[in-house]
Formats: sequence, structure tokens, C-alpha cells
Amino acid sequence: MASTIVTFELAGREVEVMVKPMTTLQAVLRYQLGFTSVKEGCRQGGCGSCTVLVDGEPMMSCLLPVEDVAGRRVTTLETITPDEGVHPIQQAFIDHTAFQCGYCTPGMIMISKALLDHDPHPTREAIVDALAGNLCRCTGYEPIVAAVEGAAQATAGKGAPR
Amino acid sequence: MSPALNVVGRSVARSDGIGHVTGRTQYTTDHVFPGMLHLKIVRSPAHHARIRHIDLSEAERVPGFVRALTYRDVPHNVYTILGLIGVEPEEEFVLAEDRLRYKGEPIVAIVAESEEAALDAVARVKLDLEELPAVFDVEEALKPGAPIVTHWGNNTFMYEGHPCRRVRFGDVEEAFARADHIVEGVYDTKPIEHAAIETTACIAVPEANGRYTVYTNSQAVYFSLDNTAIILQIPGNRLHFVGGTVGGGFGGKVDVIVEPLATLAAIKTNRPVKYAYSRSEEMQVSSTRSAWRIYVKDGVTRDGHIIARKVTSYADSGAYSRQTPYALTKHAANAAGPYAIPNVSIDAYCVYTNRVPSSAMRGFGITMASFAIEVQMDKIAELVGLDPWSIRFINAYRDGDVKPHRKVVEDATLIETMQAAAALVGHDLPAEFRTMTSAPRHAGEE
Repeated sequence: MASTIVTFELAGREVEVMVKPMTTLQAVLRYQLGFTSVKEGCRQGGCGSCTVLVDGEPMMSCLLPVEDVAGRRVTTLETITPDEGVHPIQQAFIDHTAFQCGYCTPGMIMISKALLDHDPHPTREAIVDALAGNLCRCTGYEPIVAAVEGAAQATAGKGAPR
Repeated sequence: MSPALNVVGRSVARSDGIGHVTGRTQYTTDHVFPGMLHLKIVRSPAHHARIRHIDLSEAERVPGFVRALTYRDVPHNVYTILGLIGVEPEEEFVLAEDRLRYKGEPIVAIVAESEEAALDAVARVKLDLEELPAVFDVEEALKPGAPIVTHWGNNTFMYEGHPCRRVRFGDVEEAFARADHIVEGVYDTKPIEHAAIETTACIAVPEANGRYTVYTNSQAVYFSLDNTAIILQIPGNRLHFVGGTVGGGFGGKVDVIVEPLATLAAIKTNRPVKYAYSRSEEMQVSSTRSAWRIYVKDGVTRDGHIIARKVTSYADSGAYSRQTPYALTKHAANAAGPYAIPNVSIDAYCVYTNRVPSSAMRGFGITMASFAIEVQMDKIAELVGLDPWSIRFINAYRDGDVKPHRKVVEDATLIETMQAAAALVGHDLPAEFRTMTSAPRHAGEE
């Protein structure tokens, strides 16, 4: 099967990648473009560690053929990290020590961003519901829920940056 | 007049936090090297089998196939992780020779230009196997006529010539005879997979100076380095292991599994080689917490003092023992629990079966002892008419008590911990327990 060129938006610019059919967005981001915040805990849609936003919607990039994001905007943890300092959600994760090994953290922050972009004042139930597809084996989830609550307080009204 | 404390009692930001929240922390498989090859494993589809023949011809024709490794390529193919601290005999096969002892056991390593090519070639290796009867239960494995898993003829790890780790303290039979009650229980636990979100992985990179840099998520970098040097029969100073960042371990990444083969492949091909478990390998093949069966018999007075405890424990090590013999030693040292029991007898067996090898997991042989013992404590409390707090206070060990394995207790905190726990949950303790301490007993005090 011949390779094709796929174009999408990443970090505010257009990127072109040459891929074999059915190559995942996860593989392209990690191994062609070096966006290694996109993790690979299962590569079968089971853990959420590879969560990115496509046109603002959270998706597991391990199940997404890169052809499907042609012409769309892809957001990763790298692209929401400001040049100086950190995003309010990142700061909340630090403040609440909402990580131990850190491997699930990029996916947790991305799913939290998607939630807060849609719902700046989520209930605890809505937060737990949003995190349901993202697995963490270290923390027991409570510090992560607290971080998202903290981030909601910090960002509400102002809107989360980009 | 204590000096001001800068850290104790305060929350301190983790030094790795900024890397974790920005995604800049580099985990093992975040490294990519030019010309990197991928290693995948042909695994046993049988629980117990003899290998008649392996046909690699079709696999070798897969585009991107680079080479296959079998046991003949491994300089020192039979090893024991704990051999570094004198544990014998060497027992685990890096790659299987003539017999397969568990489903998932590695047989052939395939090295290819891409992961897809490696997986394709693995799928095309033809195995001709003769299946053998298998055993999956610790007590079945000890019966006469059970299939023998090991290569030395019985299914137990031998502790200084004995089939179990033994502790003898006082005279349990004499104490059982004068006890008011005998309380018996059998406790079964199942294997548990650690299921870290990052799977087991390493990348071995040949360097210009003849050394090999091995990026690994091992929890035991020097154990892995030393065992790799032994297995490959090369001096340790040709290996530079880079570890430290582990995406979850919990004991699941202390075994020496991926580094020897990845390094061997790097030596044979002179190219970087990546060997990363898939999620299904992590769940089905990587070590688990052992399954245990624990028999406990306690002799108890009518006022709730435990005067004798006899424990017979069996840990299912699976086909190879890895860290399980050590876990059993810790188990035997702790099977009486944090209680002062004057007569104790413990037999703890590390049993081989045809299950996936088990190894370390948090608590390491003690978690299972605690499960069995604490259920026993509740049963005893109910029998003699005490509440669950009282039974633990009256049996709690104290500084100066001697544990069954002859360790003199120092810095005991069971009593103080229970007092703090009671305060936290708003439970009113009677005055005798509120004022009790772990200080050494007076002469003649029970």
C-alpha cells in the first residue's frame, strides 16, 4: 500500500507527514514529530494516556488513523504549555501533587482541558465522569480530581488559554 | 528548643513535577535512535510442552526481518535473578531450550527493521510441540506423581536443604493442648498484575567505544546490569544502564527480562534495539503477585490472648522463582504479625507450577500474611466476645518482645498507631487502651 501525505494543524502551524495507510496519530506524533507527551500505555484505546484534542474534542490518538485528522487542528500537552511558566491546569496538577510516576499525566491534563473548555464550572461528578477513560495506577485519582477542581477555580470566568 | 524545620511538616514541590505536567519527562520509549531495530518474542502457546522442532524459514522471508535469536545465541542461558546474592540453583531460561514451562515463555527473539515486520515474522514461526500434563495448584504440585516443573526434580524451592522456610519458637503443640479455643482458617489469594501504565521496555544502543548504553525502565538497574553481564558473559564495564524514570512499577519491573535480549541483539546486529512489552504481554506474561494459600491455626485463651500460632503457607511462584524465595523468607518472618505470641511454628513453601512466574509486588510476602492474620484476629475477637480493637491491643507486641524469628522488637508503634486511628475515626477507646504504650513490659507483665 502506497504512503500518502497528510496535512494537519499542530502548534499553530501546518505539518505534513508521509504515512502508510492506517498509521495512528499517536505513532506520527511520537515517532515522526517528537511530541512524546503523547504516551502509549496500551495502544488499544484502554488507558487514555495518549489523549489529544482534535478540533477541541478529546480523542485517543492510538485509535485514530492520521488520515482522519487531515485539515483539522491537533492539540497536545506540548502545544498548551506556554513559552514561559505553565498553564493553569498544569499549575493545579503541581499544587495538588496530582501525579506520582507521571506517565498518565499528559492524558489527564488533556482530558481535563477538554472538560474545562466545555464546562468551566464542572461538578465533582462531571470531573469524575470526564476522567473515567483515563487510568492512573499510582494516585488513587483523588489528587487528580482535586487538581481539576482547583484548575476550574483558577480558570473559571477567564477561559482557559488556547 | 528544636531548630526550625524547613522540610518536615511542609509540602514540598516534587523536583520532577514540572517535567511530568509539561510532558518533558523522558521515559524509556520516548528515546528514538537512528537505525533502531525492534525485537519481538515467539512465546509458548502451551502451559507445559516439549519442543520437537522450530521452523523459522517462513519468518526469515518477511521483508524487514534482520535475524532470529535462540538459546544457542545466549552465552549463559540459564540464570537466577537472585544469584547475585547467592541464591541457587540457576533455573530460568532466557530463551527456552527443549521444554516450555508456562504459557508465554520466550522461545525465539525476532529482530526486524520495524515493529510490524517483527510481529509479522513472529506470527510466521512454526512450532512443533508435544504438550505435557500441567499443574496449576500449589498443593496439587506437591502430591506424588504431579508433573515436575523444575529441571532438578521436585516442585519446591529448597531452603538450606529443606523444602520450606521454617520458623520454630516455643512449643505450639503443648500450647494448643492447654488453649481454651482453637481457631483455624485457610486463606486463598489470587495473582495480581501490577498493570503499570507504562509497559516494561528497554533500548540497547551500541556505542563507538565498544560499550552498550541501555535505556531501561527497570526498578532495579544494577540487578539488571549485573544479570545482563552474567547472561551475556561480558564484563559489567561494557554496560551503561540509564534508568531512574519509571512509569509505574509497584514491583513489576524488578525482574531482569528485556535487557539481556535487547543487549544481545544490539551486540549481534551492531544497531540500537528496542524491546518493549505490548499491553497484552504486560498483562499476560510479566510477573504477577503470587497466588497464596495460607493455613492458620491459633490457640487462644478465653480472655483473648493468642498463646500459639501455626502457619503453613504456599506461594505459587509459577514456573520460575524470580524474587519469590525472598518474599517467602519475609513472609515467614512476619506471619505471626505484630503480636506477641509465645509459641509459633511456620512452614512457608515456594512452590513451582506451570503458571506465569510471579515475583515482587508491594508488601512482598507480607501483604498476604497480613490478610490472613487480620481475618483471624477478627474471628478470634468474635469468638471470645471482644471487639476488633480490643483483641489487637491485648495481643500487640511491645519494645523488647522477641519475635518468633528471634528479632527483638524495637520502635514498635502498633499501639500508638491504633490510638491515632481511633482518634481519627472518632472511636472512644477504654482508658486501659488509651493509656497503653509500646514501652517494654515490666517483669511478669503479660
